[in-house]
Amino acid sequence: MATDPLHQFRIEQIVPLHLAGHDVSFTNSSFYMVVAAVLITGLLVAGTASRALVPGRLQSVAELLYEFVSGMVRDNAGAEARPYFPLVFAIFAFVLFGNMIGMVPGTFTFTSHIVVTFTLAALVFVFVTLVALIRHGFHFFSFFFPSGAPIALAPILIPIEVISYLMRPVSLSIRLFANMMAGHTMLKVFAGFTITMIGALGAVGWLAGAVPVAINVALIGFEIMVAFLQAYVFTILTCLYIRDAIELH
Amino acid sequence: MVNPRLMVWLKGLAAAAVLTVALGGTPSFAQTGEEAVHASDSVEQEAGVHDEKGLPQLNTKTFASQIFWLAVTFGTLYVLVAKVGLPRVGAVLEAREAKISGDLDKATALKAETDAIVAAYEKAVAEARASAHKLLNETATAADAAAAQRTADVVAGLVAKQKEAEARIEGQKQTALANVRTVAAEAAGAAVAKLAGVTPDQAGVDGAVDAALKERA
Repeated sequence: MATDPLHQFRIEQIVPLHLAGHDVSFTNSSFYMVVAAVLITGLLVAGTASRALVPGRLQSVAELLYEFVSGMVRDNAGAEARPYFPLVFAIFAFVLFGNMIGMVPGTFTFTSHIVVTFTLAALVFVFVTLVALIRHGFHFFSFFFPSGAPIALAPILIPIEVISYLMRPVSLSIRLFANMMAGHTMLKVFAGFTITMIGALGAVGWLAGAVPVAINVALIGFEIMVAFLQAYVFTILTCLYIRDAIELH
Repeated sequence: MVNPRLMVWLKGLAAAAVLTVALGGTPSFAQTGEEAVHASDSVEQEAGVHDEKGLPQLNTKTFASQIFWLAVTFGTLYVLVAKVGLPRVGAVLEAREAKISGDLDKATALKAETDAIVAAYEKAVAEARASAHKLLNETATAADAAAAQRTADVVAGLVAKQKEAEARIEGQKQTALANVRTVAAEAAGAAVAKLAGVTPDQAGVDGAVDAALKERA
């Protein structure tokens, strides 16, 4: 089982649970979701426990995270998007911690499952659409026809715009899930090379097997960057969608 | 460190490997684990939960649980973050902002106060200097006047003394001259009496002496 690169994505049941005929067992995925939520809340609460004027380490991290997301919302979604800051923060923190927890060997990366990323993306999509509808009413539908375009192009433009709008949650979720899954699989594949070499070549295998290990060292650094970057991309796109909902182009 | 383009290729390779496994193929590196996988599969099947083959991500049986727990954890996280976490951090940041701007205001006020004090001090120094100058000038003028007065007095005294002395000298000179004439007349009378044996009359002697004095003068 150690060398199956997909084994790490397996959902393992911890506490069986059924609700209204659905299997909602508490699994390793659920466990790390809880861990992420606890860590984020813990960071914000423990970081501000002393409310120091000159922040300590933990407080600096909490403030850094706050100001990073706050700046992202301000710069990409505009000042009017301030009420949505907590949601954007929760999304960024949850995805970031999910990705980063996954970098610890032996853990489970819940963001490597399409159903999780798609549910998050669908939440963003529904939320953004609701914001746009509440703010602009039926005027929202003008979003699908760029102003100034010749009316004759409407039969082509409107379907394109509608499809591209509907594809947002798909691209948003697949980007995150595919990045996390590919990265983790790649690490496991290279690690598997080492195991195979040692099994097949003995003493020579120990020497040759060091090469994939060296590659993995570099890959882990790269994957940590990807883990951050994908959380950032997910969040920045959320911000841009919120801006679209507020400004309608 | 790692070339991003190389990473793209590596990811492509990995994706190909994933696809191979997902489609039922068994790459050599996965073979050793196959039996163990099947063994754990059968255990799971007995438990009646996850009997997936291929990609765990596509096993729809786990979707309900994942969505449910995502909703529970993310919902809870949102409430905690929005109601507890973020207001706390925001309050700390605002307090710092307020403290810094308050300190800056205080510093500005103190600087204005200092400037006022410095200006007042400089004014006082200038005034003191001006009054000192005035006093100095007055004193100097007064001293000069007094000195001039005293010089004038001394000079006047000296002049008077000089005149008095000159007058006395003149008087004594006249007296001396008169005495010389008398002595000369007596001497001349005596000389004539001795030489000629005649006692000359006083008028003749006086006239001769005067004539001789005039010749000498």
